[in-house]
Amino acid sequence: MKCAEFLHELTNYLDGVLDDTTKVELENHLSWCHNCYVVCDTTKKTIEIYRDSQLYELPDDLRGRLRSAIMVKCQQQKKRGPQGV
Amino acid sequence: MGAIQNKLEGPVSEELALVQAAKRGDDSAFEELVRRYDRNVFRIAQHITQNREDAEDVVQEAFLKAYGNLAQFQEQSKFYTWLVRIAVNEALMKLRRRKPERTVSLDEDIKTEDDSLPREIADWSPNPEQQYTQAELREILSKTIQGLPPGFRTVFVLRDVEGLSTEETAAALELSVPAVKSRLLRARLQLRERLGKYFQRRESGNGKNGDIASGDGNQ
Repeated sequence: MKCAEFLHELTNYLDGVLDDTTKVELENHLSWCHNCYVVCDTTKKTIEIYRDSQLYELPDDLRGRLRSAIMVKCQQQKKRGPQGV
Repeated sequence: MGAIQNKLEGPVSEELALVQAAKRGDDSAFEELVRRYDRNVFRIAQHITQNREDAEDVVQEAFLKAYGNLAQFQEQSKFYTWLVRIAVNEALMKLRRRKPERTVSLDEDIKTEDDSLPREIADWSPNPEQQYTQAELREILSKTIQGLPPGFRTVFVLRDVEGLSTEETAAALELSVPAVKSRLLRARLQLRERLGKYFQRRESGNGKNGDIASGDGNQ
């Protein structure tokens, strides 16, 4: 496997959807190609950092206010009938 | 190095029961759906709009639209995927209004095949996120993802932050599966490259930096 082919398969590899043969070839490539190993490892870290970041969490007080507002508007919409969307 | 695990897989039959109750007019069932997904919708909306007030509006508008159109919801698909599609459309509309000078769509932003290829291959420190406080880290992550085109960051957020499958992401964005995969790869690589500025190992001179796009694995 060449580096370009590794890049092509990177997303499938990280998502765990590669067939066994390609996975073995890719891991063999990673075992000797330092650059691709680093790209693979840091891409995986990128995903994990974003996933674990709690970026844009909805604060509880705002969450409560939004939910109340949504339910009030739903009630109003129900009274107006289905054309209100 | 193995695959990334998905974190979100809720009990689908329970969701369906809530949807059916809500369709029959049970508002407490709909409120339960709001409770279940409001955090996800807010996160997706803020990632796309990059604006807190817009994200709040999107949460309200998306749930209100879902409520008003519940009768049209086909139960073959997941309610959450359907809701995400509504929320993404609302968020993109906000973005268009805010940036009328630029066309904002999920179809823009495909430039060249090379724009995401790794140029910077330096390794990162172990646990790089621990070099920063939580607030600094959030600032870095937020600034970094803001630099991606909306079509890329939307795919990244749905797949990698919210844990939707490739097929669900494709359905929610009305894109093909190959289009989702291609954008996801570019989004991941671009974010990786941009984060490298903050997370790279500080020591220099290991001589390993290079460009894998141009070589065939020469060490």
